[in-house]
Amino acid sequence: MQIKVTINDKLVTWDVEKDEFLADTLRSHGFLSVKKACETSCCGLCTVWVDDKSVLSCSILSLRVHGKKITTIEGVPKEAEEFARILTAEGAEQCGFCSPGFIMNVLAMKNELVNPSENEIIHYLTGNLCRCTGYMGQLRAVKTYLGVVEG
Amino acid sequence: MFTLVDLVQPDNLAEAYQILSDKRNNTILGGCAFLKMGSKRIGTAIDLTNLNLSYIREQAGFIEIGAMTSLREIETHTQLREYFNGVLPKSVHNIIGVQFRNGVTVGASVYSKYGFSDLITALLALDTEVELYKGGRMLLVDFLNKPHEKDILVKVWVKKNNRKAAYLNLRKSASDYAVINVAVSKLDDQWTIVVGARPSKAAIAVRASAALSKGKLSVEEIEGAAQRAAEELSFGTNARGTSEYRKALCQVLVKRGIMEVLHANQSDN
Ligand SMILES: Cc1cc2nc3c(=O)[nH]c(=O)nc-3n(C[C@H](O)[C@H](O)[C@H](O)COP(=O)(O)OP(=O)(O)OC[C@H]3O[C@@H](n4cnc5c(N)ncnc54)[C@H](O)[C@@H]3O)c2cc1C
Ligand code: FES
Ligand code: FES
Repeated sequence: MQIKVTINDKLVTWDVEKDEFLADTLRSHGFLSVKKACETSCCGLCTVWVDDKSVLSCSILSLRVHGKKITTIEGVPKEAEEFARILTAEGAEQCGFCSPGFIMNVLAMKNELVNPSENEIIHYLTGNLCRCTGYMGQLRAVKTYLGVVEG
Repeated sequence: MFTLVDLVQPDNLAEAYQILSDKRNNTILGGCAFLKMGSKRIGTAIDLTNLNLSYIREQAGFIEIGAMTSLREIETHTQLREYFNGVLPKSVHNIIGVQFRNGVTVGASVYSKYGFSDLITALLALDTEVELYKGGRMLLVDFLNKPHEKDILVKVWVKKNNRKAAYLNLRKSASDYAVINVAVSKLDDQWTIVVGARPSKAAIAVRASAALSKGKLSVEEIEGAAQRAAEELSFGTNARGTSEYRKALCQVLVKRGIMEVLHANQSDN
């Protein structure tokens, strides 16, 4: 079946299987930033935006995004680079496999929450697992990025 | 992983129900997160996207929540954060992560009667009804006790009243299933104590709720009601905890829940 989507501001038509998931569709079209790990909706590695909301692309049937706007990290290079530099400076990245999904959710949080507290930041990012870093570096990086002033 | 042969997006509920009834393996799709973990061979998958079932609205003394509403919409809804001391948003707050809650739906969460469900526990402590396409409207408690029949959950109705409520749970890690969850509520002098993730599905501790409703709410009576709740309900053992552990936790969380509701009541008076 065919779907029409706007991917990173470009309108495309793709052939998809009826039981194909968005993460596979995106990867098969070269959006290799989209990673898959658990594939059971638990890790957040496959996070992309559908109509500007962050979602798990491993669990969304591709047919259901027909007519929608999809954003992967390739679509927000400036913002992603700005945050990724801080992430690296804080030593918050090792293998980097979790980073694209994590960064997409951090950017979504920045768009959604105004002046989030530390608890709100942690809560928003709970669905992004990282097996390497232990999260504290990530938290420092997010706070620096958002300009959170310690009270 | 599940497979499906066909996917349809019906324009009305009658058509959706007809397709659902046509074959045993025809299946309604919610957000697909749970379906995806299984290996079901779906014939025709029925996507309810075109039926406008994603809403939270207030009408004639009820809050209506459409089946395709996401858990994230429950969590962030301004009025729901106020009503019943925000018990509904609090109940879904810890389910996996924001991205997950953006995708999974209220209809699937309630219809599936999962034992571990956080949302069902909270809904059961309120005056909640479900509306099924074929089965009609009924109390949530009756729905939970009724044998499984293929149907479509269309919406959830929550009566808007002055019920005070509290939701508590214990999780071993932030986004794991709850080892146990508890909701307590009070309308006038009537108390309702609900315990879920026992690990079987949520149930009202009827005798404990009745005893608390008759008493004077002394510390001894509150502790007695918490103990009674732990004794009248059954608990099981799974990877997250033993039945004994759950029973002990139940007593503690029920007591805390009652205290929280009393506190909310006092702050309002
Ligand atoms: C990894 C994981 C962890 C979870 N952890 C928790 C947790 O800690 N607490 C908690 O409360 N929940 C938890 N859940 C459950 C989750 O919150 C949802 O309840 C669940 O995923 C079902 O929602 P869905 O939209 O994904 O439904 P789907 O997977 O699409 O559907 C589930 C079932 O419901 C049926 N269905 C869907 N919509 C309807 C409808 N309108 N009418 C009739 N039948 C319908 C489907 O046919 C299917 O049988 C977890 C789920 C997963 C996958
Ligand atoms: S791969 Fe999608 S949540 Fe883990
Ligand atoms: S840096 Fe390796 S998983 Fe996060």
